[in-house]
Amino acid sequence: MRSSPTRAEVERSLQADRRPAQPAPTTSVPVVELRNVSKVYDGGSIGLDRVSLGVERGEFVFLVGPTGCGKSTCLRLILKELEASDGQVLVSGRKLGEMPRKKVPRLRRNVGVIFQDFKLLPNRTVYANVAYSLEVIGESRQSIRRKVPSILRLVGLSTKLHNYPDELSGGEQQRVSIARAFVNHPPLLLADEPTGNLDPETSIGIMQLIYRINRTGTTVIVATHDREMVDKMRRRVIELESGRVVRDQRSGRYRPDESTSEFAIRLRGELGVGVEGHPN
Amino acid sequence: MLLTALVLGVFIPIVQATTGTANEVRSRVVVDVYVAERTSREGVATLRAALERTPNVKGVEFISKEQAFERERRRNPDAFDILGRNPLPDSFRVTPVDPGAVDSIVARLEPPKSGLSPRPELAAIDEVRNREDETDKILSATSLVKLLTAGLAALLVLASIALVANTIRLSLFARRREIEVMRLVGATDWFIRWPFVIEGVFVGFMGGVAAIGLLTLAKETLIDPLSDRFALLAAPDTIDFPVLALLLLAACVAVSAVGSGLTLRRFLRV
Repeated sequence: MRSSPTRAEVERSLQADRRPAQPAPTTSVPVVELRNVSKVYDGGSIGLDRVSLGVERGEFVFLVGPTGCGKSTCLRLILKELEASDGQVLVSGRKLGEMPRKKVPRLRRNVGVIFQDFKLLPNRTVYANVAYSLEVIGESRQSIRRKVPSILRLVGLSTKLHNYPDELSGGEQQRVSIARAFVNHPPLLLADEPTGNLDPETSIGIMQLIYRINRTGTTVIVATHDREMVDKMRRRVIELESGRVVRDQRSGRYRPDESTSEFAIRLRGELGVGVEGHPN
Repeated sequence: MLLTALVLGVFIPIVQATTGTANEVRSRVVVDVYVAERTSREGVATLRAALERTPNVKGVEFISKEQAFERERRRNPDAFDILGRNPLPDSFRVTPVDPGAVDSIVARLEPPKSGLSPRPELAAIDEVRNREDETDKILSATSLVKLLTAGLAALLVLASIALVANTIRLSLFARRREIEVMRLVGATDWFIRWPFVIEGVFVGFMGGVAAIGLLTLAKETLIDPLSDRFALLAAPDTIDFPVLALLLLAACVAVSAVGSGLTLRRFLRV
């Protein structure tokens, strides 16, 4: 994110890849639906308390709230890393509670995930990290060779293919992990504190990238505690507090067709971050 | 793994030898059937046939009056010289197939206590004896030995399984990031497990190979020269070396497969 050629390249690829945002069709099955879901951990602590919510196709949703309010629990339930203690979690209409173990990998292949700590493999290059996720699901070599460079170009890392994660900045590492999550073009992308470790300027770049992915029609759910960023982005916000939904603000006053560059400029202006290309 | 495989390798011949010895001792369990006096030759012949037909009987050996006298006199010449005449009856020495069930033979052959007339073909039997004390001792001692060796073998196998399980756990831990990523991007259970199962089996295999190598060395340098000189103390037939090697390798691989399977089941919930 330091060098301006990289940034220009990102913008170009963002423009090139732009597709008309799809307004969420109200009649279709929600991508994610929680019906009265509770999660009580083994120790007795409550993760979620009778939460109901639905996320339509193509939506950009923020999950906010203080630490321990159930954001991560929510995301892990959607990935079927955890089982709901009560209620139903549905992903594109399928009840996860009734999904056999065998089908879980298939579910996860259709859900991209991004984490605060990136979860990159330190002993593999950027290219290998992204390629690895395709090897693991049995993708052919040709398609790996085709997909990986193009996704890395998309996230603006085409010049760092052969660097190792510890040679990259935090923002660049997060871009790699986004590339890994999105290389398969999953219809749903989950992000757990994607900007938690990053400075504001870099965060905007990451958010811009996620927004851009959302504009291709991918449903995005971002868990974060960065209220300021959330308020400025003016997307749907679901606020959790000790396991309960306390606010579900459907799409505030924002233009659904805002382009990514407009989006970034507005965000920078509102967050008071320095001019493009000159972080702080 | 090498160590346990080695111990296993030494242990298999030991188990063989001890059970061999135990069985050899057990084969000394016999039943003596004394023939009533004044039984005709035909009577003796019918009795022999009847004994041979009895279930659980492996062999029947006829010991005539004279043979018995000779044997006993050799053992205790003075006493028998005084006797002057031969008080010993003809007898059969019956060896059982299963020494543990020797009582059933005795029960079958023994003449009924009260006035009931015995089965005609067994009428010639005067008395049946199986030297009870001795038999009991032999049976209990040998079964204890067998039990002990079996217990030791079981312990050894358990130790090996635990060892492999631990090895796999370590390598699971070392590669937990990779596993996490694999799970997140939707690798199937077996895609994740295979490398570890293969690693476990490989560890077992190498352990087995090393153990066989060491055993060969020990055999060539220690046992072989010794047995040439001493015809190894009444060595009961131990297992052939190539068979032992194969068996050991198979056991190592099987044990490590079980060990890694168990760990994966426990620590790799996808």
